[in-house]
Amino acid sequence: MEVVSLLVIAFLAVAALAPFLLAPGDPLAIDPLDSFQPPSPAHVFGTDESGRDIFTRIVHGTGASLTIGLAATAIGLGLALVFGLLAGFGPRWLDFGTTRLLEVLFAFPGLLFALLFIVVYGPGVVTSTIAVGLSTAPGYARIIRSRVIQVRTSPFLEASVVLGRSARFRIARHVLPNVAGSLFVLATLGVGQSIVWASSLSYLGLGAVPPAAEWGAMLSAGRTYISSFWWMTFFPGLFIVLSAAATTLLGRAIQQRGRES
Amino acid sequence: MTALLSVQNLSVAFGATTVVSGVSFDVQPGECIGIVGESGSGKSVTARALLGLAGPRSTVTADALRFDDTSIADAPPRRLRSLRGRDIGYVSQGALVALDPLRTVGREIGDSLRLHGGLNARQRSERVQSLLADVGVPEPGVRAGQRADQLSGGLRQRAVIASAIALGPQLLIADEPTTALDSTVQAGILDLLDRLRSEGTALILISHDLAVVSRLASRVLVMRGGRIVESGTTARVLTAPRHPYTRQLIAAVPTDRPRGTRLGAPGPGAPFGNSGDPSEAGPVASARPFGNSGDRAEDALETAVPSGSAPRVPEFPKGADGGPGAARGGAPEFPKGTGAAGAREAVVEATGLVRRFGDRLAVDDVGFVLERGRTLGVVGESGSGKTTVARLVLALDRPDAGEVRVLGEPWSAVPERDRRGRRPLVGAIYQDALSSFDPRATVGAILADALSGGRSRRPGTEVAELLEQVGLDSSVAARRPRLLSGGQQQRVAIARAIAPRPRVIVCDEPVSSLDVSVQAQVLDLLDELQRDLGLSYLFITHDLGVVRHVSDDVLVMRDGRVVERGPTEAVFEDPQHEYTRRLLASAPRIAGAAPRG
Repeated sequence: MEVVSLLVIAFLAVAALAPFLLAPGDPLAIDPLDSFQPPSPAHVFGTDESGRDIFTRIVHGTGASLTIGLAATAIGLGLALVFGLLAGFGPRWLDFGTTRLLEVLFAFPGLLFALLFIVVYGPGVVTSTIAVGLSTAPGYARIIRSRVIQVRTSPFLEASVVLGRSARFRIARHVLPNVAGSLFVLATLGVGQSIVWASSLSYLGLGAVPPAAEWGAMLSAGRTYISSFWWMTFFPGLFIVLSAAATTLLGRAIQQRGRES
Repeated sequence: MTALLSVQNLSVAFGATTVVSGVSFDVQPGECIGIVGESGSGKSVTARALLGLAGPRSTVTADALRFDDTSIADAPPRRLRSLRGRDIGYVSQGALVALDPLRTVGREIGDSLRLHGGLNARQRSERVQSLLADVGVPEPGVRAGQRADQLSGGLRQRAVIASAIALGPQLLIADEPTTALDSTVQAGILDLLDRLRSEGTALILISHDLAVVSRLASRVLVMRGGRIVESGTTARVLTAPRHPYTRQLIAAVPTDRPRGTRLGAPGPGAPFGNSGDPSEAGPVASARPFGNSGDRAEDALETAVPSGSAPRVPEFPKGADGGPGAARGGAPEFPKGTGAAGAREAVVEATGLVRRFGDRLAVDDVGFVLERGRTLGVVGESGSGKTTVARLVLALDRPDAGEVRVLGEPWSAVPERDRRGRRPLVGAIYQDALSSFDPRATVGAILADALSGGRSRRPGTEVAELLEQVGLDSSVAARRPRLLSGGQQQRVAIARAIAPRPRVIVCDEPVSSLDVSVQAQVLDLLDELQRDLGLSYLFITHDLGVVRHVSDDVLVMRDGRVVERGPTEAVFEDPQHEYTRRLLASAPRIAGAAPRG
């Protein structure tokens, strides 16, 4: 399982960094005579309504999808780290305030929150990335807070107090490194989720704007023809699932390994 | 008489590793046999194999493994299940977690009745209550409706026993039934098991604690490395042990072994004296001239008692210096006044300490003086406030009233910022050494950090020296603490504690989770370091044997108060307070080895 997910991630990484290695064609080149071709040796994943090669578009869309996923996770975790550390380390009232705020944010379904943000700031790749990041932050923040508190109240931190270490030393030397470990796992688990979310927003027409090659947008475009030309929706969907599953599996594997060792 | 349980040449292997081999014994109806050994000796695996619970990856072979008329090795799973429920009761090692936290105790006990008993709901609940009453649970009606987390450790253990005996089994297997319980609670559980045995239930009692086993068992099997190294009647094994390992085990029990005696084995084949053997105690004791001279400690303690609280604290008898304790310790008696009495430096002084949690007084007017090079033992059961005292002395918690002074200067009364520079004076070791280490750090990094005051984590030669000082190989530095054994972990913790050259070390139950022989080694190490470095110890424990062995003076705590104090031997020989007497009476001791046991 881990090997498979590593292979998928390697493929995605190549596709994101050097798409021309895998698909030398132009993702935006239209060829009306070739439209709606089923998968064939010439067009592995078939073509869409304008005759664009779907494989090429998927490969070229990887960069956008992965960037959105990574950036959104980074934004989410960054915000969460600030909130989590404030709540975990701050005085009791600050913890109380932060926790209540997080609970209020939790009350909104994450996607609704993202939609709200996009309504205010307008659709686009950047806004949808920020929106996804914002809406995942409360969940991470809660986990980080509990982890900070767990480490902060652990016997080895008390041992550090007894040895006469300052609070700053304890945070830098003990708390942050121990929180970072779980943060890494969270991040790998989160990338998959963010890709799905970003694609959902694009599908709704709130993320990447056509004709840009982006998985969610392609899915949305293929929706009209889903009963006649299944490949237009199937392959972008497959890649969303594959990438999300691969990163999640990898995260799990890392988590497992951390637990065992 | 045919044996109830007959085991011939039992072997258990996990994959290629054989963990139990060639174990044979019989259990007669109504008999109690004890299986003694350390962690990893195969005693628990043996018990589980008897129940057919050795696990899916195990291979159990035996020439005969017979309970009554049933061959356990060949029995079909269905027969095994009924055997386990009906005929053999099992009290597992993790009894404190053996109860489902989401179900009431009554339902847990009722399970076996429901599965094997054929009673209706009302009869079952009546039976559960009578069982609970039987095992000495007060208010069984109320308790049956409560969940495990609402019961104390002792009550939980009783509930587990109740469920094990629900169907009146002929044989009860109890695996470490009293480990992790306070000594008075332990005594109650052992009494209960003894009563069950006298009512005709055969008992296999498994424990690392020879003293516990010796109270009940008529025969003892000593296991080591998966084999039985010695077996025989309890009296014979305790008074005339044949195998060196058994001798080592008996010698390692600190109960009744006075101050200054080494517990660990001096070497294979060396003669092991009984407690109080002067030839063994002499050289060590004379190295600590004030080891047992009671009068000196009395002076110190009396000055420590605040005048207002004096009436509450029973005075121990005058003339403790001539008491049997001092003589029994084998320490040479020094005439009064030797070494300029009273000139000893007070390392820690605590006066009138009070700590409140909500309405409860966790610590109520506790005061003491700990002098240089001495050990003050603090004994008490869970909830007696002894750990809170430790935290106050470590300044991890602030007293609501009273004060702790270290080397004559204010300690608890100053802000942390002012205290930080003097923190190295006071070290600490904890019961759970592993959790006191950063899980990400190697042993070398932990010690380098402690040596350098946090400036470096790169182990150098000093780390190797430090490891050598606590009896560890320098190669340990590269390893992570969780890969070390419990004893090694505690040694690393001790190394970390002595690294900043402290004057006093607060030891909070440092050996409570260690096997007896490892415990002995750690106690010996602490003793050695005390002599070499002139350390003082504040030694917190619930184990009376340990406290008697390590401490010069002792405080007995109950409900946050000091109920008795004095030189250790005086308190143990002639306890004044009724609670101390009860505590001492409940401590399991090895009948044969104790002069007055």
